Amino acid sequence: MIALQHYLILSAVVFSIGVIGVLIRRNLIVILMSIELMLNAVNLTFIAFSRYLGSADGQVVVFFVMAVAAAEAVIGLAIIISVYRHRQSLDPQEMQLLKW
Amino acid sequence: MVETTHLVSTEVLRWLPFFPLLGSVINLFFGRALGKRTAGILASAAVGASFGLAFYLFWQLPASGIFRDLVYTWIRSGSFQVNISFQVDALTAVMLLVVTGIGFLIHLYSLGYMAHDDDMVRFFIYLNLFIFFMLLLVMGDNLLLLFVGWEGVGLCSYLLIGFWYRDHNNTIAGNKAFIVNRIGDLGFIIGLFVLVTELGRQGVWTLDFIELHKHVQMLQPGTVTLITFLLFIGATGKSAQIPLFVWLPDAMAGPTPVSALIHAATMVTAGVYMTARLHFLFVMAPATLALIAVVGAATAFFAATIALTQNDIKKVLAYSTVSQLGYMFLAVGMGAFSSAIFHVFTHAFFKACLFLGSGSVIHALGGEQDMRKMGGLKAHMPITYWTYVVATLAIAGVPFTAGFFSKDLILWQTFSHGATLLWAVGLVTAGLTAFYMFRQLFMVFHGECRADAHAKAHLHESPAIMTWPLVILAIGSIFTGWLGAPEYLWGSRWDHWLEPIFGTQASHGALSTELVVTFITLAVVAVGIYLAYNTYGRSTAQVGQKRGGLLYDLSFNKYYIDEVYDFLFVRPFTAMAQFFASIVDPWVIDGAVNGVAATARGFSTIWRGLQSGNVQHYAAMFLLGALALLAYYLGQSL
Repeated sequence: MIALQHYLILSAVVFSIGVIGVLIRRNLIVILMSIELMLNAVNLTFIAFSRYLGSADGQVVVFFVMAVAAAEAVIGLAIIISVYRHRQSLDPQEMQLLKW
Repeated sequence: MVETTHLVSTEVLRWLPFFPLLGSVINLFFGRALGKRTAGILASAAVGASFGLAFYLFWQLPASGIFRDLVYTWIRSGSFQVNISFQVDALTAVMLLVVTGIGFLIHLYSLGYMAHDDDMVRFFIYLNLFIFFMLLLVMGDNLLLLFVGWEGVGLCSYLLIGFWYRDHNNTIAGNKAFIVNRIGDLGFIIGLFVLVTELGRQGVWTLDFIELHKHVQMLQPGTVTLITFLLFIGATGKSAQIPLFVWLPDAMAGPTPVSALIHAATMVTAGVYMTARLHFLFVMAPATLALIAVVGAATAFFAATIALTQNDIKKVLAYSTVSQLGYMFLAVGMGAFSSAIFHVFTHAFFKACLFLGSGSVIHALGGEQDMRKMGGLKAHMPITYWTYVVATLAIAGVPFTAGFFSKDLILWQTFSHGATLLWAVGLVTAGLTAFYMFRQLFMVFHGECRADAHAKAHLHESPAIMTWPLVILAIGSIFTGWLGAPEYLWGSRWDHWLEPIFGTQASHGALSTELVVTFITLAVVAVGIYLAYNTYGRSTAQVGQKRGGLLYDLSFNKYYIDEVYDFLFVRPFTAMAQFFASIVDPWVIDGAVNGVAATARGFSTIWRGLQSGNVQHYAAMFLLGALALLAYYLGQSL
């Protein structure tokens, strides 16, 4: 029997992988993908609680998150493409203009 | 007195200062477009309109009445209130006629005198602005408004002395006038502060003249002495008395109409006007009055001795102005305010006439001011000559000219008050005045012409726009004095006119004494004229001769007063400024400011390492923050 805590643990693991990806990867596309991982980990938590509590509220939120994630992916990719065209690089370490 | 006066409200008064202000503003913005001639006519018309209005008010003014016009309340703080409010009483009416009347004539004269100057528009802007401030000064119904006018005329004086700013000396002269006046003004404003706070301590917060007059009895005699002393310091600055007279001779650097208007006829009399306006304060302080009398007499004598040997035509007139102002303060010191204002009035005519006449001469000679290079101009400029003669007679005090009546009155008042020593000083000064004025007359207009060939070819009588004001002023130089004739002639209408303000000026002496005193004065004046004729009138051989002798050198070099002041005040001051500029400013002031900046930068080098610009570092901070919050709330819920 797969209980609620299993879902939550999986979600936490996926979320952590996402966070670590965002923090350490050196490619903007991978970072964007890691953000998707984090979002989906949260979605998983919502769904698990929705099932557990027998309420549809969580599922509604998930649809919102997916819509936002889709929009975010579109805009994020567009930014990435234009950044790449501009700099011929996707390494965030090379984009350090926002400092004193 | 105050109790019997009745106030008449009228909204006409505000137009009086408004016209010149309007003329000034219009010329400021559109003067260049209008062209200099139109601008000048506009400016003159503005002052002419004010003169017309002033004359109308003078005519309408009821005996012992006051016109009042409250424009608006300027400052209101608790029970202390200052209004922008004008008043015209008999004293102000007289000053109004002098300021606008003589101002108008001088505006007309300037149309001719400044016609060749490229900056004529600017000249008329300043001139109109000056008239505006002068009207504020004499019309303000409270001390603060008077002070605004007081400072305003000082500003205009500065602007006009340095009018030809391309010559560095003129700018310096302007600065000198401004700074010396500032010293006096400091005394003046401290006097105001003391007056307000001391009266306020008695529960009366006011600067209004009428209110002051009512409540001034509340003050302690010592306080009144202090206040009047401080106010008198202000008057010595503005009216060029010892020790602050040094700026007035230098002020001759300005265009000659300015010298006539500001530095002879109107602004320099502001100090006398102020003391007359506050006569109720001054009469409560006999010590100050005594000081004023001594300073006045000393200044009159001192300046007259300097004027004896000067060779610059305008410098002679400048020192004679200082000397005549000394007479006015002598009268003030005697408590004879009416006589002081009378001398202001007559002096305005003959001194303006003299200055404008000298301007006419300078104009004809193409800018020459050295009397050694003049002479024999009588034939070339008859109108200028004859008006000059009339004004010279008036200032010398020849019988039945204006100067005779007013100066004689002052000397008589001094004598009848028992101040025999001061009277003697005034008497000698009268002789000196006659001497140096006739010396000037002979040097400029008689003998043979010593001008160079170029100036000779250029010689001409001034145009009608310049000679007409001269003629009018010359007429005034005789007949204005007749208003204040002594009792043994036809009696004074003047004292009667000013009686509501100053009260009755009782004459203390017997008629026979008065006549004797008058004849003594006339004898001294005659001796002065004779000596001048003997030395300079018969032949011009003496002209420009330097005599030996310590006294001559002292007089010629103005008693080295400028050098003494330079040594005592200017040099220590500049040395101190130098010290502050080279030590205090770069090290202490800049050091403090830069030190603060350096400290901030030092700390920031530590903290700015946090801001790496790397987005992933920021995200890591986010995470740490989120975890910290989480840990906190978890810790709380446990």
